Amino acid sequence: MPRIISSLVGAAFIFVLALALFGTVKTAIQEPAAESAEHVFHLHPEDIGLSSNGFFGKYDNQQLQRGLQVYKEVCSACHSLKYVAFRDLTKIGYSEAEVKAIANQWVIEQPSINPETGEAATRKNVPSDHFPSPFANEVAARAANNNALPPDLSLMAKARHDGSNYIHALLTGYRAQPAALIKEFPGAKTPEGLHYNPYFANLNIAMPPPLTSDGQVTYSDGTKATKDQMARDVSAFLTWTAEPNLNTRHAAGVAVAIFLLIFCFLAWGAYQNVWRDVKH
Amino acid sequence: MSFPWAKHYEPKQPLMRWLDEKLPLPRLVYNAVGAGYPVPRNLNYFWNFGVLAGAALAIQIIPGVVLAMHYAANAGVAFGSVESIMRDVNAGWFLRYAHANGASMFLLVVYIHIGRGLYYGSYKAPREMVWLLGVVIFLLMMATAFMGYVLPWGQMSFWGAQVITGFFSAIPLVGETIRVWLLGGFAPDNAALNRFFSLHYLLPFVIAGVIILHIWALHIPGSNNPTGVEVKGEQDTVPFHPYYTAKDGVGVGVFLLIFALLIFFSPNLLGHPDNYIEANPLSTPAHIVPEWYFLPFYAILKSFTANFILDAKLWGVLAMFGSILLLFFLPWLDTSPVRSANYRPKYRIFLGILLIDVLVLGYVGGAEANARNVIMGQIASAYYFAHFLIILPWVARSERPRPLPNSITEAVLAKQGGTSVTHSAAQA
Repeated sequence: MPRIISSLVGAAFIFVLALALFGTVKTAIQEPAAESAEHVFHLHPEDIGLSSNGFFGKYDNQQLQRGLQVYKEVCSACHSLKYVAFRDLTKIGYSEAEVKAIANQWVIEQPSINPETGEAATRKNVPSDHFPSPFANEVAARAANNNALPPDLSLMAKARHDGSNYIHALLTGYRAQPAALIKEFPGAKTPEGLHYNPYFANLNIAMPPPLTSDGQVTYSDGTKATKDQMARDVSAFLTWTAEPNLNTRHAAGVAVAIFLLIFCFLAWGAYQNVWRDVKH
Repeated sequence: MSFPWAKHYEPKQPLMRWLDEKLPLPRLVYNAVGAGYPVPRNLNYFWNFGVLAGAALAIQIIPGVVLAMHYAANAGVAFGSVESIMRDVNAGWFLRYAHANGASMFLLVVYIHIGRGLYYGSYKAPREMVWLLGVVIFLLMMATAFMGYVLPWGQMSFWGAQVITGFFSAIPLVGETIRVWLLGGFAPDNAALNRFFSLHYLLPFVIAGVIILHIWALHIPGSNNPTGVEVKGEQDTVPFHPYYTAKDGVGVGVFLLIFALLIFFSPNLLGHPDNYIEANPLSTPAHIVPEWYFLPFYAILKSFTANFILDAKLWGVLAMFGSILLLFFLPWLDTSPVRSANYRPKYRIFLGILLIDVLVLGYVGGAEANARNVIMGQIASAYYFAHFLIILPWVARSERPRPLPNSITEAVLAKQGGTSVTHSAAQA
């Protein structure tokens, strides 16, 4: 009896699935889904071989400091970094005095209240502050950027697939829309105000190319500031902002893995010992 | 409960005897997992996964409780509180990654545990209750995992909540009312987040309670074993301690090693990047996908695209819940008197197909919904229901099981050679 009921229930589900399958196949044959421009022309980022990659990866503090400089001089005009505090910069090789100076000299000031009138005011940053946003709120951000909202960059390296490499690819990937694309997908021509970038998910990004020329930033350590180098450095910096504890995590991981390997070995030995006289 | 030859707890020390008189907890432990619980001697490593599941639960609760000290369940600050845990709380990154990856490890271990049950017929009489309690635990785990994923209030958290709670509106007549009542609003918002936090904290302890019942129900008949033949005498068993405590030590070590590799070297491997973006009700992600452990069920849900008397959406919801609920009936659906698939050649083949089927469903659940994937999902879903509801009940009739060994000892000796189950020197 249970067999009959279960077979009927099963048959019902399978029948409905068969109907659905029939519908899917019919649609696939009669109205095959057109290939989209994104599908054909979207590119995956190339690996830039950051020093933090791999099991034993560690950040290169020099590179992170250069990346901070690129963020400061190129990106911070539009992009906030709200989860990072100035004091976190001591982790990338700056002394406390240097961090205090960086905070104090940061162009965008911290929102505050005028102590006499109570009106909105700004004050200079101190190390305990988080990086301030360039815009007062989302409306102001959109108004200044043709209705596009520049996203916060603190977690960008983790918020996109293959984020670290993606950032570098995106920044260096701006190019003219290929003629082949316009020919195959005439409806997918890049609209006014957007820019073609094959690394961006839907190929057309609102952000104009931020790295326009070599030497846009003058590195204090003398490294040549090519567009590629600046993109690498800011990508490494944003990887750090997303994952500040990577160095500790990898070091702890190596220690834990070795410990557990020894533990497994000993546990295995104990197991063999306990079972030695017993057939199983 | 035990076998008649089980060792008895006999405390010698005065303190232990006092304790035994007032609150016999040590006796309970001795009888449950100590030398007082005889277990078949031929268990293979698939029997480790129950203990691993218990360990995984403990590993989830402890960091979870500490995380709850720093997490704030308010829609405006939840995401920021998680980031604060990652950056400012001492070892907060470790707690968060351990808890997030611990969920994946817990479900992986439980899936293998269920697979063991399916293959070796552990759900059959006299262990039906163990199985039923197990399915209850599985459902509670899925609810807990779902609510836990909502808490960081990222894009996937919010939209996953939107999709899952949307199922309730598929119920005719009362569906929408139930949905709004459960959410505390028209869409997942602060009310939903707060109650999910409360329930997410509560359910693991409910799970712990059901696990106690699960183990209790198991210890009445005792453990199953790879031959499926019941224990006949003392030579078929060994005491749980030290034999299986030692074996479980190895299992726990390997489990922790894999867990550590995940946490420390690839903590975001099983996650979705979109959950590092704050929830935005006005911006739908390109692909809404649940965590990997829900993907097969998600695929079944998405496969029902045709209306037939009922709406396609309702079919999908019924099928998705049905695919788990049918597990409750397994002890009565499978009519074969033979427990272990080792001795059921025809059934084994179908089990193998089921495994591949579930993996295909998992792939389809996470892939984009183009024609090829939808067709694959529909065929795979059809097989899933066919397997449990049609094939299982009928295959027992037509298959010829291989001859069973007369006892566990006989099976062990046949494998190892020799006439005795102990390598006693006197035998030589």
